[in-house]
Amino acid sequence: MRWISKRRALAAVVAAGAACALAVPAAGIGSRAGSGLPTKIGKGEGALNLIEWPAYSDPSFAKPFERQTGCKIKRKDAGSSNQMVALMHTGGGGGGGQYDLVSASGDASLRLIYGHDVVPINIGLIPSWKDFLPAFKSPPHNTVGGKHYGVSLQWGPNTLLYNTRKVKPAPTSWSAIYSPRYKGKVSIPNNPIQIADAALYLMKTRPALGIKDPYELTKAQFDATVSLLKQQKPLVKRYWNYASDQIQDFKNGDAVIGATWPYQTLTLQAAKVPVKELIPKEGATGWADTWMLAAKAPHPNCAYLWMRYVTTPQVQAKQAIVFGETPVNPKACPFMNKIQAGACAQYHLNAPASYSKSIRFWKTPVPDCGWTSKEKCMDYTAWQQAWTQITG
Amino acid sequence: MAVDVAREAGLLRGARLRVSAAFWRRPWLRLAGLILPPVGAFCFVYVASLVVLLVSGFWAVDAFTSQTVHRWNLDNFRLVFSTADLTYWRIIGRTVAMAAAVTVTDAILALPLAFFAARIAGRRLRGAIFVLVLMPLWSSYLVRIYAWRTILPEQGILNWALNGLGLPDQHLAYTVWAMWIVFSYIWLPFMVLPVIAAFERVPDSYLEASMDLGARGWQTFRRVVWPLVLPGVVAGSIFTFSLTLGDFITPLLIGGSGSSMIGLTVEQNVGLNAPLAAALTTVPVAVMAAYLAAAKRLGAFEAL
Repeated sequence: MRWISKRRALAAVVAAGAACALAVPAAGIGSRAGSGLPTKIGKGEGALNLIEWPAYSDPSFAKPFERQTGCKIKRKDAGSSNQMVALMHTGGGGGGGQYDLVSASGDASLRLIYGHDVVPINIGLIPSWKDFLPAFKSPPHNTVGGKHYGVSLQWGPNTLLYNTRKVKPAPTSWSAIYSPRYKGKVSIPNNPIQIADAALYLMKTRPALGIKDPYELTKAQFDATVSLLKQQKPLVKRYWNYASDQIQDFKNGDAVIGATWPYQTLTLQAAKVPVKELIPKEGATGWADTWMLAAKAPHPNCAYLWMRYVTTPQVQAKQAIVFGETPVNPKACPFMNKIQAGACAQYHLNAPASYSKSIRFWKTPVPDCGWTSKEKCMDYTAWQQAWTQITG
Repeated sequence: MAVDVAREAGLLRGARLRVSAAFWRRPWLRLAGLILPPVGAFCFVYVASLVVLLVSGFWAVDAFTSQTVHRWNLDNFRLVFSTADLTYWRIIGRTVAMAAAVTVTDAILALPLAFFAARIAGRRLRGAIFVLVLMPLWSSYLVRIYAWRTILPEQGILNWALNGLGLPDQHLAYTVWAMWIVFSYIWLPFMVLPVIAAFERVPDSYLEASMDLGARGWQTFRRVVWPLVLPGVVAGSIFTFSLTLGDFITPLLIGGSGSSMIGLTVEQNVGLNAPLAAALTTVPVAVMAAYLAAAKRLGAFEAL
């Protein structure tokens, strides 16, 4: 082949490639659903695809739903809010025409709303909603401009999990996961929002930093928090991506202490692993979850039927006890006690509203801090990059 | 009716003949017909996706919604190749070092095995060795990785065996050492097979000539066998090196804190910061291009 023709061939390939490159992303931009909300729930479409936290459609209550409605559930478990947002973004956003509902926590929900990945729902079609705890009826993490982008579901704290045989004396403070005492045996979620846990700890232990809100950190506060987490890294056995990974590490003895969700604790205790969990004295971060309707949901009727079903008191009680969290519907209280004596008090469903206020619920860090107008706060991209620095 | 069918068959046959005649008269048409589908597929499926990847590396992402914004900039490349923040350099260095270590390990393991299989073992034993080398490939890659997850943990099979022998516990699970072991195990067949082929191509007469001229065994290996086998080793190393370089499942399932690799970092960014992931992906592409250029010089492509 002569040089000139080789160059011409290369140019043709590059041109063709560029043409393809410009065509592909253009095709990915989808249309947004109209604003007309449904006024009644139609017949189920026979299928329902969920992006969920593990056990959020546990067979103990999902099976009866499938029998009643004919909506066959397909689930995709996520291990972090990032995974949930990423899954909703696949296929051009809005769930890609594949997923119907996502059980987003507060640090994902607003990103999904402003990214047009989820659409408003008619809350009037969810009868149990009027019974909800007031704090979860129209919380700012799922209700924007009076529009409900889904229905609140369950909430709870992130806890400190430890092996009772290996960790003595029993820990009372988050300092246990930052001290070298359990070097190489610490288990931490692989989730940038974990920076808030460290910030909460510093808020109580280093008041000089002036941290007011673990999700609204100025540059100085943020750097101090990241440096604490970098010191923690050599202590960490593994940053877990899936709840099942952490369960395995505690079973196998690779981890003896770590940050967890109550779900792992309950699963380990059921498997007779000697573990306990607690909310340390510094307090805890937590989650408040919402079932949100994907913008391109292929089975909206089944999605509404599911939102209606999981907010009823009986199902709220079942899910609360399977995962170890607190319902948003206080009418679930007697049903929880029926399943497990004292469960309603154990999960603080009958506690005053001050209890839920004491938990620092996950939210997306944004540049505008609520507590100071003098400085900008670090945004979520900075959190993610810092997390890669810490763990990478 | 019968006449119609016969006429139709005749017409069809005529059309077919005319088409094949056209192809016969114009050889370039025949060539184009043969080569266009694979070239088209190559262009659209392979080259185009690479171009999309490269182009999207120059885009940005919305800090809040994590959606890609088509605003041209160099920030992603600046971040990846930053000299102030060495995170990505650390990950790139770890990945390349791991790929090199796995390649060397596999070469050291494969050489004696391949020598034995190709030159010493009888036909039946050689067949058995082939089957044993290929057997792991019959099961899924994931299954084999999960098998290692039952071997390596604190209360895993390995420690149980070590304790049985009166030896102390090892703490390999979820470390870079664990990844090194698992990678070396998983990619070994890809090294063994080309090396066996290379040993088989060494003529017996060369070895005899070497011995006749007074060379010892080691000398024969170093001066005669090794230069002839080297292209096979390099060919195998292309597989072990490139497969390790791009893998993200082993670091995800076997790696622990401080053992991220390029593939895993790309995977964890692709959903939320696709432009950054794209920028990072150019690194293994460049590393592999350099590696293949070097392999070509060593004659690896003749040995494949």
